[in-house]
Amino acid sequence: MIAESGLAALWFAAALALLQVALAGLALRLRNDDMTAAIRPVAMVQGLLCAGAMACLITVFAQSDMSVRLVFENSSAVKPMLYKIAGAWGNHEGSMLLWVTILGLAGAAVALFERQLEQRTLTATLGAQAVIALGFYAFLLFASNPFARLWPPAADGQGLNPLLQDPGLALHPPTLYVGYVGLSVAFSFAVGALVTRDVGPQFARAMRPWVLGAWIFLTLGITAGSYWAYYELGWGGWWFWDPVENASLMPWLAATALLHSVSVLATRDGLRAWTVMLAVVAFSMSMIGTFLVRSGVLTSVHAFAVDPERGTFILVLLALYIGGALALFGARIGTVRQGNTFDLVSREAGLVLNNLLLSVILGIVLIGTLYPLVAQGFGVQLSVGKPFFDKTAGPIALALMLVLAVGPLLRWRRDDAQAVLGRVTIPLGVAILAAVILVLLTPRAGAMPILGLAFAAGLAVASVAPLWRRNLKRTPWFIFGMVLAHLGVAVAVAGMASDSAFTQERLTALRFGETATVGPYDVTLKGVKPVVGENWSAIAGVLIVKRGTDRPFVMEPQQRFFSTPPTTTNESAIVTRWNGQLYTVLGQQNADGRWQVRLWWKPFVTLIWIGGAMIALGGLLALIGHMRRTMKMRRRAREYDEWAEAWL
Amino acid sequence: MTRWRLILAVVVLAGGFAMTASADPTAQQDRYAYTQLPDARQEAKAQALMQELRCLVCQGQSIADSDADLAGDMRAMVRERIAAGESPDRVRRWLIERYGDYVTYDPPFNWRTAPLWLAPLVLLIAGGWLAARTIRRRRR
Repeated sequence: MIAESGLAALWFAAALALLQVALAGLALRLRNDDMTAAIRPVAMVQGLLCAGAMACLITVFAQSDMSVRLVFENSSAVKPMLYKIAGAWGNHEGSMLLWVTILGLAGAAVALFERQLEQRTLTATLGAQAVIALGFYAFLLFASNPFARLWPPAADGQGLNPLLQDPGLALHPPTLYVGYVGLSVAFSFAVGALVTRDVGPQFARAMRPWVLGAWIFLTLGITAGSYWAYYELGWGGWWFWDPVENASLMPWLAATALLHSVSVLATRDGLRAWTVMLAVVAFSMSMIGTFLVRSGVLTSVHAFAVDPERGTFILVLLALYIGGALALFGARIGTVRQGNTFDLVSREAGLVLNNLLLSVILGIVLIGTLYPLVAQGFGVQLSVGKPFFDKTAGPIALALMLVLAVGPLLRWRRDDAQAVLGRVTIPLGVAILAAVILVLLTPRAGAMPILGLAFAAGLAVASVAPLWRRNLKRTPWFIFGMVLAHLGVAVAVAGMASDSAFTQERLTALRFGETATVGPYDVTLKGVKPVVGENWSAIAGVLIVKRGTDRPFVMEPQQRFFSTPPTTTNESAIVTRWNGQLYTVLGQQNADGRWQVRLWWKPFVTLIWIGGAMIALGGLLALIGHMRRTMKMRRRAREYDEWAEAWL
Repeated sequence: MTRWRLILAVVVLAGGFAMTASADPTAQQDRYAYTQLPDARQEAKAQALMQELRCLVCQGQSIADSDADLAGDMRAMVRERIAAGESPDRVRRWLIERYGDYVTYDPPFNWRTAPLWLAPLVLLIAGGWLAARTIRRRRR
């Protein structure tokens, strides 16, 4: 019954989405107030129905109801409860339902909270949102029904991929999806504004919290996903330029560019067409991401099922949405008036440069990701990976850091080049000093890591410079947000450069009692022991780790064996110190009885994820700051109204 | 189709390794699949090369990041050859000759990959031109 209720809720939600599209179209055409008023509640109920369907799916997974095909194929009765629940989206159908649920709830939130936007633009926005939702409902109901039954019911399920049995599964997909969906809302706002010819600061202020919110979640999702891959895959890598990772990086790059241009539009009324274009691009990137991951064109831990029909379906949706949006953009962009103007040396010009470089990096990642797929279509097999992206996107990322350092120190509209040079003297000096020290101390670190560290040092100083001689109590929160996020970029880059320059690796095979040295640590293999978990068994290596005369401590990396489905995973053991991480992995036993042990000492590698978290936190501060300001303005307006009513 | 080609490549590759490894294939794998070369400079060279070679049976991983047996065999082969004094470039060319461009993450520049390698430059120039035009027009 629960599964059928879920399916029914999904059908009702789809029907409401159709109604929402019709209402929006008619309300705009007929200028009918009743229809306009009806749109908000329809959007809210649609969101609730989606959430109901998702709750039904989680329930059947929690109950391990093996008469539901999806549960049978992807779950198992013997599995910790956390993974039963999170397993609801650890598969193709469930993850698409989660996508739609977040989309529905986001639409409901727009209907519930949006007060700034002009009524007609909001109507068009909700209409556009319903069009997007409708495509995904069709995809779920016709090509990937999560509630299909299995007859006769099975005794037990086939289990969840053990690589996914990790607390990361509970967080990583929902976080990224909130990001993707947030960009769909930004896209709907852009479409709404184009439809009603309302592209201006008001529209930008309404869209900004959604862009910021989406961007915060994407940042968190990528950071968490990177750390998950780092400790789960067992070779110490934290980014692989895997197409699926790129699929999450591309929307982030587009959202970062959009975030900066929407600020120009909201505060200075500039970059109108460009902002709308970026909103279209950002959503396209999240659709392409969904397509790459969900269609099965890639084999990866993320592609749960390979089914060409589904791939075609998503590709058609992608073409319809992006094609439609671009056509609308082309038809209406002529009516968007040019915004305010600015000088060559100005904050706006800095932001244009930032947008340009981000877009070029985005283009490189997009082409690098799609090129092998296209080449395959022509019968050519080739691979594009880290070396390509390092050589092409690396230098541009360094240039972007320069812009990032200088940009916030520029004045709006017009600035004096001489004065700007004065302002960047100290950061420039710090960067050069850092480079000189690094070249002298570690000549063999390689050019890119040294440049990365030097740029990071300069950027760190430059990013806090906007607070210099400012009354900190009166500084708006979003300024702190910007400073923190930019500082976070410096911190993350420092971590990346430090990892590639200073990591020490030790791959060896040890007998019991033998010792290997990595970095400042002596690691002795004392023995191995069996460990039993809820649905796995493991062999753990007992490593005694000593650093100089410090007290030794124990690390226990495991080889884990899962029975449903039969798989072996590495569970690395990681110890975090203030200056880096010691990363240990137990491998197989060699024929001569020695155990393979892999050890890494990674100085300051943690800065990568700390930086990522700082960037997200900076976004959060900015979001809160903007909301506080909006609320304050609204309160003032209300107070004025009351005063006027009483006295005039 | 693609999958068949991949399986074929893997079979050929495995065969090739069985032959090069001569009498005792496991002994060689044990030596260098999961163990570094004693010479740090050679190991660094081998490591850099392994980072850019694709593990043919994995999901988008280099042979330096994979637990697959085939990746282990390839690591052992790379280290053996580097230890024997071959340049990384020669090892890479040897692999590409046998298994095609698919094996390297650093696609060699040729007419098939020219659009890929030139794209960043084209993007940068086009974007720069667009931005310059916008700013100049705005100044007037």
